[in-house]
Amino acid sequence: MLEIKGLSASVDGKAILRGIDLVVPDGEVHAIMGPNGSGKSTLAYVLAGREGYEVTGGAVSFDGQDLLALEPEARAVAGLFLAFQYPVELPGVGNANFLRTALNALRRARGEAELDAVQFLKLARSAVKRLSMADDMLKRAVNVGFSGGEKKRNEVLQMAILRPKLAVLDETDSGLDIDALRIVADGVNALRGPASSALVITHYQRLLDYIVPDRVHVLVAGRIVRSGGPELARELEASGYAAVMAEAV
Amino acid sequence: MSGLARPTAPLDALAEAFFARYQARGAHDAERQGAAELFRSGGLPSPREEAWHYTALRPLADAVFDPPGRDAAALLEALPDIAAPRLVFVAGGFRADLSVLPQGPISVATGAPAWGGLARPASEKLVALNTMLAEDGADIVVADGVDAATLVLASLASGGAFHPRHSIRLGRGARLTLIEVNLGSGAYLNNPVFSAAVGEDASLVHLRMQIEGADAFHLSTLYAEVAARGTYDSFLLTLGARLARVEVHARLVGEKAAVHLNAAQLLGGSQHADFTTVVRHDAPSTVSRQTVKNVLTGRARGVFQGKIEVDRLAQKTDGYQMNQALLLSPQAEVDSKPQLEIYADDVKCSHGATVGELDADQLFYLRSRGIPEVEARSLLVRAFLNEALDPIGHEVARQAMEGMVATWWERQMA
Repeated sequence: MLEIKGLSASVDGKAILRGIDLVVPDGEVHAIMGPNGSGKSTLAYVLAGREGYEVTGGAVSFDGQDLLALEPEARAVAGLFLAFQYPVELPGVGNANFLRTALNALRRARGEAELDAVQFLKLARSAVKRLSMADDMLKRAVNVGFSGGEKKRNEVLQMAILRPKLAVLDETDSGLDIDALRIVADGVNALRGPASSALVITHYQRLLDYIVPDRVHVLVAGRIVRSGGPELARELEASGYAAVMAEAV
Repeated sequence: MSGLARPTAPLDALAEAFFARYQARGAHDAERQGAAELFRSGGLPSPREEAWHYTALRPLADAVFDPPGRDAAALLEALPDIAAPRLVFVAGGFRADLSVLPQGPISVATGAPAWGGLARPASEKLVALNTMLAEDGADIVVADGVDAATLVLASLASGGAFHPRHSIRLGRGARLTLIEVNLGSGAYLNNPVFSAAVGEDASLVHLRMQIEGADAFHLSTLYAEVAARGTYDSFLLTLGARLARVEVHARLVGEKAAVHLNAAQLLGGSQHADFTTVVRHDAPSTVSRQTVKNVLTGRARGVFQGKIEVDRLAQKTDGYQMNQALLLSPQAEVDSKPQLEIYADDVKCSHGATVGELDADQLFYLRSRGIPEVEARSLLVRAFLNEALDPIGHEVARQAMEGMVATWWERQMA
């Protein structure tokens, strides 16, 4: 599914990622943990193709395609989805219109028939219900006036509707209370399957109680310094990052 | 032959040509003679005048207009499909054969203008010009208590210089939605003057679509007067003409009268469009609302000048004015001039202006969901315009305008 080899990237001329190697096979959920400033969000943005993040070395292959050569929209068409740490507000753009435009853009690019308004609303309403979201979430402008938890849930709603092959969740747990956390985790778990994978970026182990990863990687100063099973997350929670960081230096 | 001074500038030469045309027409009534005197001494507006600081009429002096005679039937097909009676003017002249006259309780007359409306030839030079040369126009009267539904007022043109003179009067409690469409192709000047008198408790909704030809000039002046609890609610969509100026003078003369002067100007290439408003609050508890949106590409220039005057008697006035511009190219320019003149002490008046480009974070967010960049930009431009377009209650007219906006956008992207 995803193969990252020796990936280096810089922002404003400052090196942030310093040679990342990571393989996420089909159907697996991998977690990336690390202290603040270790490059977690940079990795997420580089994968999604955000401007201003300069790849200085390495390669990323996604389902056999050269991911880094694709425009952001083509990455979505290929099946990549980034759940933003800070979802963007779009005043004047209705959530339903946004979701339908996105879904139909993906379907069009994949040579599938577009959904009309009625077909789409049926799909969207059932997703809203599954995620225990308020009905008016579809009518409101995208993320405008949403609470932190609502914004994160809206990311998961988009994910549920767009059904990516690989979901990258960038600190989706930050700012969530325990109920919202459970709903978000349920949303991610619902997508788990042999053909879909997830890369869960988080600072805390808490989310990983609900989304149990196959592998955990520890990112420090732009490099993966340790990898292990789900028990590694609990170990970090107990001992903190300091020990791993000391080992890494 | 004329009393004008020897032309020293191209605009003076043009003014002299207009005056010569007036003289060639022979017998004139007192109103026209008075306007001609004013025009002869005042000429055309010059950039030296404060109200015309941002809009120079110089290109008008250099323009060569196409002959007005070409067939307008093809243009008729470009009119939005609105199931309502319509008054069609071609190159300023009423065309009964293309019109569908309203049945029922609305009175419409066309032909030589009946003077005596709200227009002020002594204050506005283009209105003096219009009064001097106006030949035709619509005189629309809706009697007390009558709901006249919708009426389309269309101006089609492919050449010439014309000066239509329209009057709309709504009696007490009367209602009308007037959909004004200006469209054409070729080089011409459309210089209409409107007088809109809204009676007590009456409601006039005025939806204005300016999709004149790319080489055309559109210079429009409207005077509105709103009596107690009446509403003049207008929305202007400016898409066409190489040079356009729409000027609105609105007076709120009765308690709780309201005026909405909303507009969207979408300009590309080297287009120039100016929306100038003067709202005068003369009575207590009156309300004015102005939301003006500009979307500018190429080397286009958008102007909004908005003046709010509050008389000392007009306590509890509520005035709001917002001008926002989206600049989609580094050469595009917007000029925004709000002016508040307040002589009452218990009022709420606010104004604001914003200028910006499309937001990079918003664009990336949309693209990360699979929406191609061109479509993402279109979605954000549409979102920017929503605040102005959404409140338009006339569903068919709003959809027609949304279609025009979409067509405009496709042309910019091509």
